Amino acid sequence: MSEDRVYNVLIVGVGGQGIILASDVLGKVAARHGYDVKKNEIHGMAQRGGSVSSHVRFGKTVSSPIIKMGEADVLLSFEQIETLRYFPFLSVDGNVIVNDQKILPPAVFTGKQEYPPDVLERIREKVPNAVVVDGIHVAENLGNPRVVNVIFLGILSKYLDIPASTYEEVLKESLKPKLVDINLKAFHEGRALAAS
Amino acid sequence: MKELLSGNEAIARGADEYGVRLASAYPGTPSTEILEYIGKRYPKIKAGWAPNEKVALEVAAGAAYGGSRSIAVMKHVGLNVAADPFMTLSYTGVNGGLVIVVCDDPEMHSSQNEQDTRNYAKFGKVPCLDPSDSQEAKDMMGEALNISETFDTPVILRSCTRVSHSMSMVELKDRVEGPKELGLKKDPMKFVMLPAMARRRHPLVEQRLKDIAAFAETFPFNKVMMGDESLGIITGSVAYLYAREAMPNASFLKLGMVWPLPEQMIRDFASRVKRLVVIEELDPFIEEAVRLMGIQVEGKSLTGLCGELSPEKVEKALTGASTAKSIGGIDMELPLRPPNMCPGCPHRATFTALKKNKVYVAGDIGCYTLGALPPIGMLDNCLCMGAGIGIAAGLDRSLGDLAKGKAVAVIGDSTFFHSGMTPLLELAYNGGSTTVVIMDNRITAMTGAQNHPGTGYTLREDPTISADMEKLAEAFGFRRIRTVNPYHVKELQDVVKEELSADEPSLIIARAPCALLKTERILPDKPLRIDENVCIGCKACINTGCPALEFVKIEQPAEGDKRKGYSRINEALCVGCRTCFEVCKSDAVKEAS
Ligand SMILES: Cc1ncc(C[n+]2csc(CCOP(=O)(O)OP(=O)(O)O)c2C)c(N)n1
Repeated sequence: MSEDRVYNVLIVGVGGQGIILASDVLGKVAARHGYDVKKNEIHGMAQRGGSVSSHVRFGKTVSSPIIKMGEADVLLSFEQIETLRYFPFLSVDGNVIVNDQKILPPAVFTGKQEYPPDVLERIREKVPNAVVVDGIHVAENLGNPRVVNVIFLGILSKYLDIPASTYEEVLKESLKPKLVDINLKAFHEGRALAAS
Repeated sequence: MKELLSGNEAIARGADEYGVRLASAYPGTPSTEILEYIGKRYPKIKAGWAPNEKVALEVAAGAAYGGSRSIAVMKHVGLNVAADPFMTLSYTGVNGGLVIVVCDDPEMHSSQNEQDTRNYAKFGKVPCLDPSDSQEAKDMMGEALNISETFDTPVILRSCTRVSHSMSMVELKDRVEGPKELGLKKDPMKFVMLPAMARRRHPLVEQRLKDIAAFAETFPFNKVMMGDESLGIITGSVAYLYAREAMPNASFLKLGMVWPLPEQMIRDFASRVKRLVVIEELDPFIEEAVRLMGIQVEGKSLTGLCGELSPEKVEKALTGASTAKSIGGIDMELPLRPPNMCPGCPHRATFTALKKNKVYVAGDIGCYTLGALPPIGMLDNCLCMGAGIGIAAGLDRSLGDLAKGKAVAVIGDSTFFHSGMTPLLELAYNGGSTTVVIMDNRITAMTGAQNHPGTGYTLREDPTISADMEKLAEAFGFRRIRTVNPYHVKELQDVVKEELSADEPSLIIARAPCALLKTERILPDKPLRIDENVCIGCKACINTGCPALEFVKIEQPAEGDKRKGYSRINEALCVGCRTCFEVCKSDAVKEAS
């Protein structure tokens, strides 16, 4: 990985999934590592339920706070169809990490439209080595369904060149003391999953 | 020390570092967090939510008249509300520095229009600074305050969604107090805008604009960066960063001050490049000014007038194609994910009661505007904050029997205190039979839960008065005032019906706290469940649009089962508001076991 390159990570999902926390931590981690960082998120109008996206960019110097369409190195998606919605941002050489979860949009839960059935297949058609993990399942096994975002931060960290210790430091500083242990566990579980 | 800060955090930080003593604001995306950060982090700044932007600007103006550095903060449309004091503040000038922070919203991520605040700077003859990232946002707060004091003028610090909500590295400094002496100073020739005085102020305003234009030529945030001379780009705000990303080798004139413009600098730059293009979001503001100088320039013919820019849009506008190698889209129709009212939202219950009365709804702005979307579809117009009551009155009086008993106005509590009180007074004064429903969820919900004069708490969560809507309406002369818990859908439905048939203006207050509020909580937070064998699949509950409900299709019906499906409650989301219970025709909704 060359010194001058800029890393582009796009994190997407649905409001309430902890995307902002994950991207905040990633941004701080990159800054602590000595990178210039730019980060931007759009979180819709309402508190909940809308589509959320967060762009995190870091490198020696970064101009735009949003990723140029087609230049994302990693697309981390917390919801199946949101992955497809943001696909054009991904570079042909990019990686995809998907949380195997479906959150039904209004037209689907009111029975007006179907949730597309074969989303994971469609993702794999384009990105054969896409990483798909049932985050809720992993989180429940760890004893806290709310750490899904940090599990995926762990997986993501394996695709970037910043040491795990930097993530640990930032997680310790960003979380309430009683949540630190479980989140560090979740982070390392994610790293282990990515390695396997 | 450097820290990763959002543009809004940096603006708040800048206010503190550069000695601001007072900040006033009304919430509005993407500006809201600025005052929230000031409230939480900077105790030296006296800060509070104003009922609306006009008042916010007037409070800030008062502080500046007394010698304090002060800021007023608002979203772009907020300056429309504050336009009256703004235009004449330009004449009185200030004393202590006064900065009006205005956040535009290209692409209308959370707004009703895409107006360009730079036009107000020109209109009001005041300078406008236009940062690109968080460091500049903080630095320019200091520059703006200095310019304000040096030239005796209010200054606009303009942000936009992508500057306010982007994070980048910022160098931190300590607070330094402003230079002006504080106190009450009588100076009627400067501060009392009677015609005779205003006539003497106007020439000073014109001269001031010329002086600031001269200053702009050496203003350090107006920068020329020469690269390849075949393409010269004049730009500012976040568009500069997009353009740099897209065309790293081009020559740039980056404008940190977009009004007044440094004419000589622009002429020099234009003469050094072969092709001159302005890259700016929203209106062709710089482009037209450059063209007026008689310089050949391109701009909006390449980038278009609507929506926001992006690195690839700029690249395509300038080169016709993008060099990025995208994996491409997927050819599949994806269900949209529009924002929706939350599970347990009291507005959903109110709309359900209105729907039963089949009324036309003159709407307003807030979370309840989402009531316009399917499956609720119960909001029939929405113009600007506070407009709904007046519009309903106009319909009522002009249509007579065509509208009688068939239309209501709805308005949120924060919106009511913002700009709903005067139209309510108009109803009492001019009569008619309009019915107004205040959807009082005890908070400014849409922008993320800010206090307002009706909540009983200030910006910093200190206890204060809670303005009494019922008494206010009574004082205005209303005789028909009803307060209802909206979760009692059937009761509210009857009350609406009664008030619609009244021959005079009436006010219904549908009061229940926002479902996300932890305080004043009346929701049981116990999920309900639906007996799928009792459910007749009529979708009455589904059509309230609650995200905690799901319609489950029956693929292979049992014998004699004519249902297409049945409703199910997602227990993880349900907070037990009972709106579905109230509309259920078959008693299928039960308490969770
Ligand atoms: C002039 C103006 N200022 C601010 C806003 C941003 N804004 C839209 S609605 C709203 C207030 C919503 O509060 P409320 O009326 O209580 O309704 P709720 O969202 O709580 O349902 C605000 C601040 C705006 N659209 N226009």
